[in-house]
Amino acid sequence: MKQASLAHIAVVVAVLAAVPLLTASNVVLNFLVVALLIALVGQGWNVLGGYGGQYSFGHAAFFGTGAYVSAILQTRYGVNAWAAFALGIAGGALVGALIGALTFRSGLKGSYFALVTLAFAEVLRILASVAPITGAGVGILITLDLRPQAFQFQSRAPFYWIILALLAVSFLIVRLIEQSRFGAWLVAVRENEEAAKAVGVNTQRVKLAAMTISAAITAAGGAFYAQYFLFVDSGIAYGPWISIEALLAPIVGGIGTTFGPLLGALVVKMLGELTKLVTGDAPGLDLVIYGGVLILIVAFAPRGIAGLIADLRLRFARARPRLRERAHG
Amino acid sequence: MAEPLLRLERVCKRFDGLLAVDNASFAVEAGRITALIGPNGAGKTTLFSIISGFLTPSEGHIFHGGAEITGMPPHLLARRGIVRTFQVAQPFAGLSVHENIAIGAHLSRRARADALAAAAEVASAVGLGDLLGRPAASLTVAGRKRLELARALAAGPELLLLDEVLAGLNPSEVAAMVPIIRALAERGITILMIEHVMQAVMRLAEHVFVLAQGRIIAEGAPQAVVDDAVVIEAYLGHGAAARLSAAGGAHV
Amino acid sequence: MLSPIILVPAVLNGLLTGAVYGLVALGLTLIYGVLHIINFAHGALLTAAMFAAFFAHRLLGLDPYLAALGLTPLFFALGYGLQRFVIGPAAHGEDRNILLVTLALAVVIENALLYVFGADTRTLNLAYAFDVVDVGVAFLALPRVIGFGVVLAVALVLWLILALTDTGKAIRAVAKEKLGAELSGIDVAHVYAVTFGLGTACLAIAACLLIPTYYVNPHIGNAFVLVAFTIVVLGGMGSVTGALIGGLFVGVVESLCGLYLGESLGQIGIFIMFILVLLLRPSGLFGERA
Repeated sequence: MKQASLAHIAVVVAVLAAVPLLTASNVVLNFLVVALLIALVGQGWNVLGGYGGQYSFGHAAFFGTGAYVSAILQTRYGVNAWAAFALGIAGGALVGALIGALTFRSGLKGSYFALVTLAFAEVLRILASVAPITGAGVGILITLDLRPQAFQFQSRAPFYWIILALLAVSFLIVRLIEQSRFGAWLVAVRENEEAAKAVGVNTQRVKLAAMTISAAITAAGGAFYAQYFLFVDSGIAYGPWISIEALLAPIVGGIGTTFGPLLGALVVKMLGELTKLVTGDAPGLDLVIYGGVLILIVAFAPRGIAGLIADLRLRFARARPRLRERAHG
Repeated sequence: MAEPLLRLERVCKRFDGLLAVDNASFAVEAGRITALIGPNGAGKTTLFSIISGFLTPSEGHIFHGGAEITGMPPHLLARRGIVRTFQVAQPFAGLSVHENIAIGAHLSRRARADALAAAAEVASAVGLGDLLGRPAASLTVAGRKRLELARALAAGPELLLLDEVLAGLNPSEVAAMVPIIRALAERGITILMIEHVMQAVMRLAEHVFVLAQGRIIAEGAPQAVVDDAVVIEAYLGHGAAARLSAAGGAHV
Repeated sequence: MLSPIILVPAVLNGLLTGAVYGLVALGLTLIYGVLHIINFAHGALLTAAMFAAFFAHRLLGLDPYLAALGLTPLFFALGYGLQRFVIGPAAHGEDRNILLVTLALAVVIENALLYVFGADTRTLNLAYAFDVVDVGVAFLALPRVIGFGVVLAVALVLWLILALTDTGKAIRAVAKEKLGAELSGIDVAHVYAVTFGLGTACLAIAACLLIPTYYVNPHIGNAFVLVAFTIVVLGGMGSVTGALIGGLFVGVVESLCGLYLGESLGQIGIFIMFILVLLLRPSGLFGERA
C-alpha cells in the first residue's frame, strides 16, 4: 500500500477545514464532529491494531480515562479545561502503558490479548459505576461556561476545527511512524514476531510504545468527548460501544493506513444516520448494522474501503492501455 | 589458547521430563564454518534456539567471546552479533522482499533510507536483487531460504546460525547456495550451520559436531566424522557400521 | 469471621450457581479446544437462548425444563449454521478475522434483541421458583438443585459423545491434529460446525436452567460470558473437566465475595481474578502449560 504523503494530508485537512465556511448547519457540523471524533479514536486503535497487529477489544479503557481525568480535574479540582485536556491524554497514555506492560510481559497475544483488554475496560467500567470520584451511577456534569478559556464555545465550528486539528496531528504521528525505524519494527512485529526478535527487535518494547501512543490518541478523543457533550458516565466512558467503534472505523476504512480510520468513521456514521432516517431513533439498530458491516468487510474486503479503492485503481490502470488500443484500433 | 567465539558448557534442556539436549559442550572458533549434524530429533534446532535466546537452557552456560550470555533474550543477542535463521522460513509475509531485508538492516541503521539501501546491497549479494519489489509471500522455497539468509545477513552478524538453509532445495539450487555461504565466511563471518545435505557439509564445513539424542557424540574434520563408526550407528541404528564395513566400505 | 451457619449455605449456593457457570464455560471451552478460537458471541447466544426460553413460556406456556428439549436441538442447528455459513467462510482461516467476526456476531445478536424487545428486564413467575430443599445444613432453591443435577448429566452425556461416537472421535482428532485429521478424510469444516453447534446447545440448556430463577434483558449474556471466560482460562483453555471444576470454584468465590463485599464489588472480584490468571498463568490452573 502506498503511504500518504504530507501533500495528501494537507489536502484532506484543508478540504475538511473548509466545511464550516460552506454550511452553518448544526446537523451537518454535529455529524462531522462525531465522525471525526470516532476517526480519532479509531486512529488510536489503528496504531496498535493496524500497524502492530495487536487487536484490542478494550480501547474504552483509554477513551474513558481521557474523559474522566479531564472531567474530574475540571469539576473537582478547578484545573483549567485545556490543562485538564492535556492531562487526560497523559492519563490515557499512562493506563495504556500499564496495561501494555502487564499484558505484553505475560506474552499475551491474539485472542488472549483481545480478551484481557476487554476485561480491563470492564473492570474500569464497574469501578467507575460505584466509585464516588467518578460520580458513581450519576456521572459527571461539566459546568456550563461558554468561554474559549474553558474549552467551551457558543457555536460548533470551533469544536469542529479543534477535533480536525487533533485528527491532523494523528495523521502526522502515523506518517512519522510509517517513515521511522520504529514503524518498520512495529509492522515486523505484526507480520512475524519471532522473526522480528531474531533480527534484534525488542518486540515487547515496540508493542509497549505502540500501545502508549495508541492509548494517548484514543484518550484525546475521550477528553474531547467530555468537553463537547459536557457529560461523562461509566457507560459512555468505559462502555463496550466505544471499543467497538474504535476498531470498526479503521477496519472498515482500511487497516494500517493513514486515512483508513477517517474513511471508515465517515462511512459507518453515515450508515448510522441513514438507519435512523429510515427507522427512527430505535436503540440497537445502528449497532446491528455496524456488526453486519463488520462481517461483510472481513468477508469480502479484508483491506477495507482503502483496499477496495486500490484494487479498483489497479484494475483501471490495467484496463486503460486496452481501452486506448481499442480507441486506436 | 584464545577464547573461542562461542562456547557451550554442559548445556541441558528438559521439556516435561524429556531431555532434548543432554550435557552438550562444544566451542565454535571464530572465522570458520562449523556444522552441527545429527539424525532427526537429535535436538539440533533446540540447541540453536538456546544459543539464539529463544529458549533458556535448564542447565549449563553459554559464553560469547568469554562473556556469559546464558538466558539473554534474542534481541540482545542479535545486537551482540548472534543472528539465527529459521528452519521453516519465517518471512514477514505481508511485506516486500526489500522491506523484509530492511528490517534486518535496521538493527544498526536508524534511518529508513539507509536501511533500504543496505538491504538492496545484501539482496544482490544473495541473488535476490531482481526480486526486491516482490511480496515475500510469493517466493518459492528456494527464494524464501535466500530471504531468510539475506535478512539475517543484513543485521550484520558476527556469528551466523544457519538452520538448514539448504533443506528442500534441488541439487542445482544447493549448488548455487554453497558459494554464497562460502563467500560469507570469507568476509569474516563465523558460521554455525545445522545441515542434512551431507554433500554440502563436506564441501563447506571445516569442523563438524555430531549430536544424537541430545548428546555430542563425535567431532572433528568432516571426513573423519563421517567415517566414525559411532556416527554411522547413530544415523542408521545399532550394528549398522559393522554391516556396512562387511558389505565393503562405509559411504554415507 | 462469619459463622459456619452463614458460610456453609453460601458455599453450597455458590456450588449450585457455579455448576451453571460451568455449563456455559463448557460450551466455550469445547469450541476453543477444537477450533482454537475464542467465541466472543458466546454471551450474546446465551442471551438469545434465555429470550427463547422466556418466550417459550410466555407465548406457548412451555415449562423451561420442557422447552430445553426443543431449544437444545434448535440452538445446535443455529450454532452449526453460524460456523458453517458465516464464521468459517468470512474468516478465511485467519485468527484475527475470526475474532472480529465473532465479536460482530455478538454485536448483531445483542442489539437485534435490544431493538426487538427493548431494554426492559423481564422475569418469569413460576410456581416452583421459590421452592426449597432442606439439606440439613441449609435450605437450597429447588430450581438450582435441579440445575446442578442437569449440568452433571449434560457433562456426562457430552463426555460419552466425545469418547464413544464416531463424531466424537472425529472432534478429538481435529482438536489434536487438524492437518492429520484432514488428510485422513475427516471433513474438518463439518467437525468445526458440529463442535460450534454442541457449544451453542450447551447454552440453550444453561438458559433453560437459569430462567426460572433469573431475569433476562439484552445485555444479560455479558455478565455470564466474562465469568465463563474466567472459568475457561482458570480451568485451562479447552479442558472439559477444567471448565466444570473452574465453574464450581468461581461460583463459590463469587458467592463468598458477594457475602463480604456486596453484590457489585463481588463481580469485580471475578474480573480481577480473571486478569490475574491471564497474566500469571495463561494456560490455567488445572490445564497443562502451553
